[in-house]
Amino acid sequence: MPASNRRQFLGASTALIAAGAFGPAAWAQARDRVVIGMSLEPPVLDPTKNAAAAIREITYQNIYESLGRIDRTGGIVPGLAESWTISPDGKTYTFKLRAGVKYHDGKPFNAAVAKFSIDRLYAADSTVPAKSLYTDIESVTAVDATTLTIQLKNPNSYFLYSISLGDAAIQHPDSAPTNDKTPIGTGPFMFKERREGDSIQLVKAPTFRDPGAIKLNTVTFKFVKDASAQVNALLAGDVDTFPGFQAPELVDRLRRDNRFAVVLGSTEGEVLLATNNGKKPFDNPKVRQAIAHAIDRAELIASESGFGTPIGSHFPPHNKAYVDLTKTYPLDIAKAKALLAEAGVPNGFEATLKLPPVGYAQRAGELMVSQLGKIGIKLSIVQLQWPQWLSEVFRERNYDLTIVAHTEANDLDRYARDGYYWGYDSAEFKAKWREVVLTTDFAKRDDLLKDAQRILARDAVNGFLWQLAKIGVWRKELVGMWENSPTPSIDLSGVHWR
Amino acid sequence: MSAIATFAGRARRHGSFRIGALLLLLFAGTALLSLFWTPHGAETVAMRLRLQPASATHWLGTDHLGRDVLSRIMVGAQTSIAVGLLAVTLGMGVGVALGAWAAARRGWVDEALSRSSDLIFAFPAVLIAILIASVLGASATNAVLAIAIFNVPVFARVTRGAALAMWGRDFVRAATAMGQGPLRITLRHILPNVASVLIVQATIQFAVAILAEAGLSYLGLGAQPPIPSWGRMLRDAQTYIFQSPELAIWPGLAIALAVLGLNMLGDGLRDLLDPRLRLMRVG
Repeated sequence: MPASNRRQFLGASTALIAAGAFGPAAWAQARDRVVIGMSLEPPVLDPTKNAAAAIREITYQNIYESLGRIDRTGGIVPGLAESWTISPDGKTYTFKLRAGVKYHDGKPFNAAVAKFSIDRLYAADSTVPAKSLYTDIESVTAVDATTLTIQLKNPNSYFLYSISLGDAAIQHPDSAPTNDKTPIGTGPFMFKERREGDSIQLVKAPTFRDPGAIKLNTVTFKFVKDASAQVNALLAGDVDTFPGFQAPELVDRLRRDNRFAVVLGSTEGEVLLATNNGKKPFDNPKVRQAIAHAIDRAELIASESGFGTPIGSHFPPHNKAYVDLTKTYPLDIAKAKALLAEAGVPNGFEATLKLPPVGYAQRAGELMVSQLGKIGIKLSIVQLQWPQWLSEVFRERNYDLTIVAHTEANDLDRYARDGYYWGYDSAEFKAKWREVVLTTDFAKRDDLLKDAQRILARDAVNGFLWQLAKIGVWRKELVGMWENSPTPSIDLSGVHWR
Repeated sequence: MSAIATFAGRARRHGSFRIGALLLLLFAGTALLSLFWTPHGAETVAMRLRLQPASATHWLGTDHLGRDVLSRIMVGAQTSIAVGLLAVTLGMGVGVALGAWAAARRGWVDEALSRSSDLIFAFPAVLIAILIASVLGASATNAVLAIAIFNVPVFARVTRGAALAMWGRDFVRAATAMGQGPLRITLRHILPNVASVLIVQATIQFAVAILAEAGLSYLGLGAQPPIPSWGRMLRDAQTYIFQSPELAIWPGLAIALAVLGLNMLGDGLRDLLDPRLRLMRVG
């Protein structure tokens, strides 16, 4: 597969350039510790047990490693596997594993360990949150200590990507059961301590294969929920960086302070007016289209102080397979009302809007009440905490509308999942998605992805609002932070002080 | 008649009562006025006009969604009064009944009620309200319930104390000797005589309830947006503190004045209704 190799090569070369760009001896007065601010605290520290993005942000590439790794450009470069080959039929992957890799507790990494870890992903009783990404695996074989083959049931153009995600972290059988509390991996940093509700501390792992490349000795993740407290923590010097700053209205304040760099980048986060397609009257496509016609994205993005890019389907605008569908249902109140009339609810209806406790949802929520109010849909807001949101909305599907960002990359597959919380069930989309997964020619796959975006836009499955911007704030002397967020990760392996 | 005239005369000369009454009138008047008229729609969003400073069209400026702050403060007074009044009435109704019952029955009823109100008193009032509101779910109705529940022991305790003193008085003993039942005595003799204490307490609890409602709304547990509420306005303003600090001043001032007014009114009423309570501090 030439296209896939090219992409890997590109990824690898960019990483090399990035590594070479900062010459040695540039940091005379080296500081070896950094405090990283985060809005959300991870419930556990094992990405194979819980879907929270905060787990991946802390652990991926820092504590745990996967066979491949997703670099700062979104490319796939070698991780625990030095190299890999893919059979011509696209069904057999042979990974050449790194030799001499050790876990933080001194146990060796080898093909048998990798087999154990990957077997857990697709096992019938697997509880991995992203299990559906791995169900195409037929078998895993440890050929020798450094050779692993994975046999797929059918070609899967996302497989290399999926196996490189934080979800596929290679864990040791001895530490896997306790990794949620005391994570042990092969990465450059090892877990030191956690203060529940306050911080998590990592230190440089003496077992890491290339200790010279790691410049930081101590890394502290500090959890600060409130946006103004985050600014204060930065201004007071308690925190060196907020890689994912979520209060756009406070960015101006930070820009005025020349100690900080404010860096705008892209994320994989699509903000959705997620709609319960399984519930009346939202099961009627005309109702969903009416809502789409009533959504004023310019207003929504203005309330984000202008940070964000409008989207018309579930796909990030910086991806090359993106197609602009924001004009599918342009803002048109009369048209929206006509569609509601056709759907048999000419005078609108009442519905609830359940909001998670995040700034963008709170701001957009009040605007949504106003925007949908113009076509007679009377929304009442219910504010929820995350655990309530996860149980009521996400698991029990007891909701009409909600506002939430989906931050994983390549997450269109959720529209093909049965029983997902949107309740969208389209044979057409499922077939299209199957085609996407089976197509290993990436140019052709991009075309299919465009079709998939069009189906979702046409069906107005959810209200597609905007793509979240990544607002990274860090001390100007801090070098090597990711400006974009191709996958949830705060990769610190290349971070150092100038 | 002459009693009322004396009361009015003394009230006019009582400084803190006058200021309190004035502030309360302003507060209630604003809420009433907002039922018929506000300068702009309190929920009318206009993103082009967001975060405007005070001007001739928007006297107190606009918030992050371009809504008129003055209109929202006015309608917010409705929310405060509605939640506060309902919660205090509800809490008072139940609390007075329980307190009067405990005083009339004494014995184990008294013990049980007193101990359980001590238990609730052990926690700060607003903390209890937060606990209840988070268990019941966030809404204005649940905020009323939560505030009402922490008001129950307050009124129960005050009523019990005052009623116990009454039960020892000669006119009550006379009524008992005449064979009147405890319910009749409570309604005819006890409650009318403890009413002044209860009115003072109700005024002060009203202030506490307004503060609690603002606190709950600030935490997202009270009235749900976009219904204007002072606490919620403060929370929204907090994130814009560097851009438009005045956004936080107006709802803060409204809360402070309303609570101050009610407290001064309560103090004044206490002095006017029962000079013997002058040195006692309840609540």
